[in-house]
Amino acid sequence: MTGASGGPGWPALAMFGCFVLLTLAITRWAARRTRTAADFYAAGGGITGFQNGLAIAGDFMSAASFLGISAQIFADGYDGLIYSIGFLVGWPIVLFLMAERLRNLGRFTFADVASFRFAQTPVRTLAAMSTLLVVLFYLIAQMVGAGQLIRLLFGLPYPYAVAIVGVMMTLYVLFGGMLATTWVQIVKAVLLLGAASFMAAAVLWQFGSPEALFARAVQAKAAAAAAKGATPPEALAAGRAIMGPGGFIKDPVSAISLGLALMFGTAGLPHILMRFFTVPDARAARTSVLWATGWIGYFYLLTFVIGFGAIVLVGTDPRYLDAAGALRGGGNMAAVHLAHAIGGDLFLGFVSAVAFATILAVVAGLTLSGASAVSHDLYASVFRRGQADQVAELRVSRVTVVVLALVAIALGILFEKQNVAFMVSLAFAMAASANFPVLLLSLLWRGCTTRGVVAGGAVGLTLALGLTILSPAIWVTVLGHAAAIFPYGSPALFSMPAAFATIWLVSRADHSRRAAVDRAGYVAQRVRSETGIGAAGASGH
Amino acid sequence: MEQGEAALERLAEDPRYRRLVRRRGRLGLALTAIMLVAYLGFVLLVAFDKPLLARSLAGGATSLGIPIGLGVILLAIALTGIYVYRANREFDSEVAAIVAEARR
Repeated sequence: MTGASGGPGWPALAMFGCFVLLTLAITRWAARRTRTAADFYAAGGGITGFQNGLAIAGDFMSAASFLGISAQIFADGYDGLIYSIGFLVGWPIVLFLMAERLRNLGRFTFADVASFRFAQTPVRTLAAMSTLLVVLFYLIAQMVGAGQLIRLLFGLPYPYAVAIVGVMMTLYVLFGGMLATTWVQIVKAVLLLGAASFMAAAVLWQFGSPEALFARAVQAKAAAAAAKGATPPEALAAGRAIMGPGGFIKDPVSAISLGLALMFGTAGLPHILMRFFTVPDARAARTSVLWATGWIGYFYLLTFVIGFGAIVLVGTDPRYLDAAGALRGGGNMAAVHLAHAIGGDLFLGFVSAVAFATILAVVAGLTLSGASAVSHDLYASVFRRGQADQVAELRVSRVTVVVLALVAIALGILFEKQNVAFMVSLAFAMAASANFPVLLLSLLWRGCTTRGVVAGGAVGLTLALGLTILSPAIWVTVLGHAAAIFPYGSPALFSMPAAFATIWLVSRADHSRRAAVDRAGYVAQRVRSETGIGAAGASGH
Repeated sequence: MEQGEAALERLAEDPRYRRLVRRRGRLGLALTAIMLVAYLGFVLLVAFDKPLLARSLAGGATSLGIPIGLGVILLAIALTGIYVYRANREFDSEVAAIVAEARR
């Protein structure tokens, strides 16, 4: 099979080719402007709040959320909305507690902020480990999704698809650094928002009103249930079920736990936090969150309309269904088929190309974040004790990019047949359980010490990972045991408070000489974080 | 311009600095609390009262859950907007004044 609906994939390939040429031109342009470490890690601090807002939104509007959430709405209706709301509500928290203080204290990585007044070696080592773990799980999920999607859309064999993604992202990051990564993300965000807006508008135009759309979707689901042999009352109930919560949230503990992971994980994702160092000052950091929240919220409203549109326009059209009545190409294809139903082969090609572009942009940001953790935190700050020269540091960073790309390609191929659905929520849970408590307490609690954050971060990270392994998603689904040892869907409800408690207890019990230095540094750090005095690359202060 | 730690610690005692940090911190905490309560409330509603959210809003297909879900999304954007508005209008100029004063 080549094209998604059985047609040729040429329009998709041609449009994807255009995107590749455009992004390579951007990379070439960015490469000329990327000289120093500040250019490579943080685009020289020259991105505006509006641009950064689009780039942040781009990081969140991954192919997984565009195709995955619209697919979930296509299958279960309202449940998809619950999921997408969880991804949005972390943003206000980032703004209220983190964004400006991060910008005022940090230069390139969130570890700059987390280790500001602490002993550099232990805190940066911990931050680098957690960055690499979060990035790795996020990256595997993206690579596997990418390989499957591209095989489906363009008819390329899975390993080639994964390799193409790996090579492209390496080019962007290696030569264009943060500047190219940001602009590729912005271009893709605009394309994706444009395509999704067009699809949602076309759906609403066709039905006249949201109420008419929902009514037709309920009818369509009821008819599908009746066709499968349901009695009329059962069919009616099946139709109505898409307008309310279904099986997505099973027990309250899992619900709250996943909610906490999504909400506070956003405030701890290294590739997201890194974006706050690309803007000139705290004001721009703040503006970028407002734009990002607006775009992401708007995008989730669009996916909701797109998912419901697909229930009617795709779910009742035999062209898009196989003999058993399931979606051709798998559940994730709902939005792609809808593109064909709305705009024919040409628009199908456009949306496929945008989905591919989305994956490239997201993995590039992840890779850059992982590479900075190795070169800036581990090599320059820990290994060379802050004495590394810029040329050597950038060389380490570029070598790491290549290594990470090779690892991502290898793991992407290795995990082809595995169920990787848990990996993104695991990344969020680790970010919420390690990075978020460490950052929050180091910023706002005078009594916090080096030993406290290292112990608490390690506990949060280990617990998030360990409990996930013991949870149904891995213990039962992947490892094939009969019952899960940890029965809930997400570990955050336990691992995040455990991290906070450990930081508090260990810091309180810490009477070392270092602890005195840590506490003495608090007042000056707090004033810097609140006022921006001495901020890196700050203008006007 | 880098300032010595001693100057920063003196600034921390400045009543206007303390007032700014207290007000901004309080706004941030209040908005965080509103977001947390609204979102966790929504999640708990989903966990404990599914039929309520599935109930028809005005006799049609649209359910009560649609405006509630939409409301959480709009609330997130609105709270972000409130913070940015206050920070741009009030806090930034206060920070600039405090920093300029401390430099003198």
